Amino acid sequence: MNKETPITLLDKPNSYVGRTLSRDAAKRAVAGRGRYTDDIMPARTLHAAFVRSPYGHAKILSIDVDAAKQQPGVALVMTGAELAEMCTGPWVGTLVCFDGMKSEPQHPMAIDRACWQGEPVVMVVASSRAEAEDAAELVTVEYEELPVVIDKETALDKDTPVIHPNLGDNLAFEKTIESGDVEKAVADADIVIEDTFTFGRHTAVSLEPRALLAEYDPGTERLTIHTSSQCPHMIQTVFARTLGVPEHNVRIVAPDVGGSFGLKIHTFGDEVAATAAAIKLARPVKFVADRLESFATDIHARENRVSGRIAVTKEGIITSMDIDVRSGAGAYSQYPRTSVFEANQILNITGGPYAHENYRAKTQVVYLNKVPTSQYRAVGHPIGNSVGESLVDQAAAACGIDPMEIRRRNVMHDDSYPRVSAAGIEMRDLSHQQCLETLVERMGYDALLEEQAEYRKKGIQRGIGIAAFIKGTAPGPAGYYGAGGAPISSQDSCTIKLEPSGGVICMVGVTDQGQGVDTVMGQIAAATLGVPMESVRVIEGDTDAVPYGGGTYASRATAIGGEATYQAAMTLRAEILEIAGVLLQAEPDTLDIVDGHVVDKGDTASRISLAEIGRIGHFQVAELPNHIQHTLSATHRFRLKDALYIFTNGIQGAYVEVDTDTGFIKLLNHWVIEDCGRVINPQLADEQVRGGCVQGLGGALYEECVYDAAGQLQNATLADYLTPMAGEMPDIEVAHIQTHTGVSELGAKGVGESGTGAAPAVVMNAVNDAIRPFGGKVTAQPMSPETILKALGKV
Amino acid sequence: MKAPKFDYIKAESRSHALELLDQLGEDGRILAGGQSLMPTLNMRLSQPGTLIDINKVSDLSGITLEDGVVHIGAMTRHVEVATSPIVAKHLPLIAEAMKHVAHHAVRNRGTIGGSVALADPAAEMPACILALGATLVVESINGRREIAADDYFKGLYETAREPNELLVEILIPSKKTGEVSVFLELAQRHGDFAMAGLACVARVSNKTFEELRLVYFGSEDRPTIGTGAIAAVIGQTCSDECKEAAAIALANDLDPMTNLQGSAAMKLHLQKVLTGRALDTAVERAEAT
Repeated sequence: MNKETPITLLDKPNSYVGRTLSRDAAKRAVAGRGRYTDDIMPARTLHAAFVRSPYGHAKILSIDVDAAKQQPGVALVMTGAELAEMCTGPWVGTLVCFDGMKSEPQHPMAIDRACWQGEPVVMVVASSRAEAEDAAELVTVEYEELPVVIDKETALDKDTPVIHPNLGDNLAFEKTIESGDVEKAVADADIVIEDTFTFGRHTAVSLEPRALLAEYDPGTERLTIHTSSQCPHMIQTVFARTLGVPEHNVRIVAPDVGGSFGLKIHTFGDEVAATAAAIKLARPVKFVADRLESFATDIHARENRVSGRIAVTKEGIITSMDIDVRSGAGAYSQYPRTSVFEANQILNITGGPYAHENYRAKTQVVYLNKVPTSQYRAVGHPIGNSVGESLVDQAAAACGIDPMEIRRRNVMHDDSYPRVSAAGIEMRDLSHQQCLETLVERMGYDALLEEQAEYRKKGIQRGIGIAAFIKGTAPGPAGYYGAGGAPISSQDSCTIKLEPSGGVICMVGVTDQGQGVDTVMGQIAAATLGVPMESVRVIEGDTDAVPYGGGTYASRATAIGGEATYQAAMTLRAEILEIAGVLLQAEPDTLDIVDGHVVDKGDTASRISLAEIGRIGHFQVAELPNHIQHTLSATHRFRLKDALYIFTNGIQGAYVEVDTDTGFIKLLNHWVIEDCGRVINPQLADEQVRGGCVQGLGGALYEECVYDAAGQLQNATLADYLTPMAGEMPDIEVAHIQTHTGVSELGAKGVGESGTGAAPAVVMNAVNDAIRPFGGKVTAQPMSPETILKALGKV
Repeated sequence: MKAPKFDYIKAESRSHALELLDQLGEDGRILAGGQSLMPTLNMRLSQPGTLIDINKVSDLSGITLEDGVVHIGAMTRHVEVATSPIVAKHLPLIAEAMKHVAHHAVRNRGTIGGSVALADPAAEMPACILALGATLVVESINGRREIAADDYFKGLYETAREPNELLVEILIPSKKTGEVSVFLELAQRHGDFAMAGLACVARVSNKTFEELRLVYFGSEDRPTIGTGAIAAVIGQTCSDECKEAAAIALANDLDPMTNLQGSAAMKLHLQKVLTGRALDTAVERAEAT
């Protein structure tokens, strides 16, 4: 149910808020006028290439760089030890909010020991990337191979080697949360279902890889870094601290960013190395990860095994859920966001749509000789949702209840908020019931069941999947990052200014990676101020220009940055109306702003234009009384108060066909009904959901970083690591229920990860629905043809 | 990654290319469409001393029909094969297979000769020319030589072409009256390398297989004729038993390679499934003509 929300400026007829406008950057990008980090090429730019460990785990006995230094074009060859001398100390990827967590200190490049295949060992900087690679081939590193730890299941066994002896074992973190009495609920239940689920490693595969251009001016002692980042301020703080450069002398610029998906909220040793080279050489140094390096060094995610159990009454009422998660991290916990969020988030959200009160969830996160893991789009949600929603489906089958009906009987009621979930998380402003009934209608659920039955008669096996979900968005400062000690901001800000011409400059801490954050901020500013979109320019991604903020991560840009923009625009609007009131001899609250002109409320006739206000406000200030000292600019900051997240909710449906002879899955249709609160730009919100779904479907069907027993990544190319392509994707129908969040006036929640979070779950449920008559069941992702054939007993 | 240093020579003519090949031996590498070579260069998996670019050699491409044989020049690009009326009419197997060859961008540059010369085990064209009993024409400075497709594929990326020889032309017998063909491929995404695939050419009368050629690809180290499966089916009327017999025999014909796409057992299973489907489709197509 949509809660009663007051009519605001944003709800005016023809408001820019709630209207589809194309992204500002789209036209430019299509015309080939995008400006990405690698497009920026200052004179005398050098290029970095890296010698990387060919082993999963090896002691470094010696490094000989003499031949490389003699190569044409080479300006610098730097080892890990030499780089460490330029750094203030190694990183330790722990946060105090994760009690008992431990991680080995990590240098930007390996010094004595390499702990994963691909870890940087030596940097070569030369006039071109090709020359740097040629010279890198001449670096001789003598290694002594050490035993590798590859299997998370045996990582804590007594006879398994310990990767970092200082830590005592391979355990990064363990945690248990518990509410109610699971054992009693299980003992009392009519039906108890247990199952085990496995999830392969993925990586983000952004179209634009990681890229960095560092410039250091010894004259001004300024360090300027252009980098493909979601979080310029975090990069500013971390790089300043790591390299000992005063933070105020560091400028981070994120120009156009070609996709990020969480990859670009992290810090990477090779990027620190390239920056150190720029400082040492006082020349611009560029590093752009190629695709092979991306696979072998970008953060990985999702490697988890989850054992789960659900207890239900024979009427299908869920009485408890419990899960045990073994999470495979990499060789170090990723700094500064750690490698334990995924497991933690699985604990937070599994079974999250439902009203049961008995829940236990525990996890152990273990170190492995693989690429470090960390946050990737919809952290933990694809796993928690797949586990929870499969258990619900299996319970429904055991009870003989339709999968939609069992969810109808168990979801939290729309009139029951605020409340606390079984995982102990505050839930408010959700709409599970309305989403479910909307899905029934949009899918034509009953007709689809009949169609499925008809196809079964013809020997065609189609499956229908349902998956309800919650999604944590826009984390607050009381939760993890700030409170945990990381230099990551949970607040965000906007500075908005009226220019003498009447144009508006809107500077925001949140950033755009191609999803249209800048357009959405512009829509909010224009709607609030009452000016045409064309007169608003949004500036983002430059620490010299915008107020401090966390940037874009965890579906926070609109929910947090949007509210800051709205509040800043409201303040500027009040200043404008106060000046207009003075000039027009009118009470400000009798005035309004429409299309760039101050008007009498309810009228459209211009009484004074914003250009005139701008001119007088900046140049002819003598026309204003002395007590009016307005700057015609306003800065506003927004953050959550006590909540961990703004939780959103929704439900997905899928219709698939399984070829039971070949194990091939054809995706026929996909539906997403979700509640991101107020929708600012319907098309951009829809596309976020669709793109997110596709990324989830990739993980469900194709994507996996495969390691062999020696710790060698087997498929570090786009020919072998399969990403989802348009040809195999279904049409994805999206609808939004708009229950405004009560924590802000704008009312927007996050939307960017909701597709990803439940798409794997709904497709796994649909596949299992298709093959259930054959006694088949799949609980491993990706669901490759072989996985399906094995489930059917055909291989 | 960037390619290592290499020399580049643009061959001005066929004879120029042959001279260069002869001089450079193993150190020279022919650059045709570049769709396989360029990625291996950029990943430094391959470090040839010299690339011999034959893109400007004008008499190496084109499709003609002469006396019941379709001549396809080695430099003919996939897109030209895919859109050729001669191929559509006289080589329906290849026309059907072309839809599975990568994507538009690759087909615009990639060449049929490059595909056959490289002999990637998952590629479509090698399987098709073997199924159709084609002849490969190679030339060196010492003259011209014809190699039957049956004798051409020697192993994983290995062929009967000598290092100083250039593949210049492929001669493919055009479809005979009453002949039907079927091309089937399983790839998880459109255009990917095949997990399993089958090129089938048959003559079917009253659902009985009078002539049959089954060539498997994607699972073996080279395109492979299903000798036992053919023997199990030839002279038989298409039935579940007949297809089962072919599937059983196929286990002796094939020795699939386990790779990232799946196990040997899965690949054998998929080839068996494709065999049954190909036989059914061949019968359907024979009845429709």
